[in-house]
Amino acid sequence: MPTTLDQVHDNQKAKVIDIQGGQRIRQRLGQMGIHPGDIITILRYGVLRGPILIEIHSSRVALGRGIASKVTVEEME
Amino acid sequence: MRIALAGQPNCGKSTLFNSIAGYKAITSNFPGTTVKYTETKTHINGLICTCIDLPGTYSLTSGDPAELEARRHLLSGEVDVIINVVDTSLLIRSLELTLQLLELEVPMVLCLNMMDEAQRKGIQIDSQKLSEVLGIPVVPTIAVTGKGLKELFIEVVSLMEEKKKGRVPKFSKDIEAIIGELVSILQMEWPVEGKVPSRFLAVRLLENDEFFVRELREADRTFNRIKSFQDRLEQIHGFPSDEVISSERHALAMNLFEKVSAVVHPPKKDVRMTIDHWVMHKWVSYLILAGIFYGFFNFIFGIGGYIEEPLIGLFEGWIGHLESFFGKDSLSLFLSKGVLQGIAGGIAIVLPYLVPFLIGLSLLEDIGYLPRAAFLMDIFMHRIGLHGKSIIPFILGYGCSVPAVMATRILEFPQHRFMVSILTTMIPCAARITIIFGLVAFFISPNAALAIFALNILVVAISGKILSLIFPYPEASLGLILEIPAYQLPPLRNTLKKSWYRIREFIVIAWPILILGSVFLALMEYAGVERHINWALSPLTHLLGLPTSVGTTLIFGLLRKELSLIMLTQALGTTQVLTVMTKTQVMVFTVFVTFYIPCLATIAALWKEIGRKGALVAVLFTLSVAIILALMTRIFLGIFPLW
Repeated sequence: MPTTLDQVHDNQKAKVIDIQGGQRIRQRLGQMGIHPGDIITILRYGVLRGPILIEIHSSRVALGRGIASKVTVEEME
Repeated sequence: MRIALAGQPNCGKSTLFNSIAGYKAITSNFPGTTVKYTETKTHINGLICTCIDLPGTYSLTSGDPAELEARRHLLSGEVDVIINVVDTSLLIRSLELTLQLLELEVPMVLCLNMMDEAQRKGIQIDSQKLSEVLGIPVVPTIAVTGKGLKELFIEVVSLMEEKKKGRVPKFSKDIEAIIGELVSILQMEWPVEGKVPSRFLAVRLLENDEFFVRELREADRTFNRIKSFQDRLEQIHGFPSDEVISSERHALAMNLFEKVSAVVHPPKKDVRMTIDHWVMHKWVSYLILAGIFYGFFNFIFGIGGYIEEPLIGLFEGWIGHLESFFGKDSLSLFLSKGVLQGIAGGIAIVLPYLVPFLIGLSLLEDIGYLPRAAFLMDIFMHRIGLHGKSIIPFILGYGCSVPAVMATRILEFPQHRFMVSILTTMIPCAARITIIFGLVAFFISPNAALAIFALNILVVAISGKILSLIFPYPEASLGLILEIPAYQLPPLRNTLKKSWYRIREFIVIAWPILILGSVFLALMEYAGVERHINWALSPLTHLLGLPTSVGTTLIFGLLRKELSLIMLTQALGTTQVLTVMTKTQVMVFTVFVTFYIPCLATIAALWKEIGRKGALVAVLFTLSVAIILALMTRIFLGIFPLW
């Protein structure tokens, strides 16, 4: 079931389905190697709705919650 | 011959550049440290080459000003050979930039850097095959140890002779067809002055690149036609055209990676994972963060205080001898006292704190702790209405305000740059930290110094709120997107070299000015001029309850912040500050100096980055903040005498 990246649990993998929001966000995420179809591992959430730490193509990226809520994903087992 | 080093942030470009150039570029384990490019001349096989270290850029599609700077330079037509440096352990993402660089149609070498890191991750690369596919030389290197650099330059030299260009791997057929049509239209109707290759331009336009679209819209009416090409792509693929192209490039990079690489073993589990588990832990991380900065603070103070005390005594003794040697009120006494106090200020007060501070900061940078601090602090930055990435200029600000102001280029919106530039000048730079240590920590107590740092953070936060009310700006529409690089154990040599480079800047640039300033002040004192300046500033010094004689030092502090400190000892006529100032006065003085008007170099940087009006706002704002805070300190310590 599709959800957004900020809703996925720690240590879960999720597959990117779509990136909402404008071209800028798509571009920035694309530069980090995040496109529809890519698989992201959620490593950890910051406190107090702080940023999320993810792993993508073996690099680690911190994403603000606002950004993460724009990424539609599908949780994977 | 001009050689440009291009690559994504944190791939080791600057380290590579430094091994060519001696020590010039600032390296650190922090994405986005090179915001200005550095040039050096070097000899390769008897040829004189100019080597340019460009700011790291994730892609060649419009980004922040630092990335645009890199692109502008690559398109200037002045670059003869590109060395594309990539972090081999992140090859898929890195190749996306490589594919864009190939479109520039400039001879290029691919430098597979950080080979050791890739091997640790179990990735094996067939560089021969990669070279065949891309049609460019590919050289594996480990820049930190210098491995492979010789081979790299052999390839660069032969490329300069052959001028062979690489092969641009093709997208899917339908996309290539659209690109092809667009290219022929561009070539016929919008002849670009040769420098921007048509295919490069066509792909950028399909990606709806802000910069090129704007250029074209101004120059020509063909824009509507371009829009129709974008629409066609969107119709076929069901995604916006920029997404289509970037996904396509991503797929190409992944295919390429699969073709040339083999994962020979799973990544070796190393201690860095365990360390990172705690350093990035939900709660423990903040304890570690506090611990690191507290330890850092004590490290500086421990070393600095240990050295400052005996040295000050020594210089005081010498200055006493001067008086009996030259006789009171003689010109030579004033002159020699000025020189000696300038030297003493540098050796006894500035360097003991500056050296450990810069070594510590370089170490934190190189290890890769700073982006983690940015991750941990992001939520708090948001609370004060700032973009999470603002933490980068702030942290750099503890070193020097000039690079900090320049680092605001990593922020996309001018309004954010304006805010953060002004706020970052209020962060105490190394010079002001020295003043806080040399005066407050030394003469009052380390805790009082800590209080100033805490007050500073609080004030910056409140100022952020106030400024955003006066100069409203759009909500931080883009949240944090920041790469967290793997920890690196930098060779100690590199860290020390970098610290030395920064310390040398103090010794060769600031210190002579300090000594001259000290002599100049002594002469003014001799001629009785400084009385007039002090008189002119007396409303301020009276308001703050400071000795009138410190007035001049505040003027000198505008040139270099360290001058305030050295001039203080000169103006007071002793390095034993407490014999002529009360602890409260020392505290008020330091608070004022910490916040008031940025030094000239910083004002120049502000002028360049956020314009004349912005620089003026910064000057007025920091001055008012400094006066208010110093006054509050005076009143507070008047009511609650803590000592």
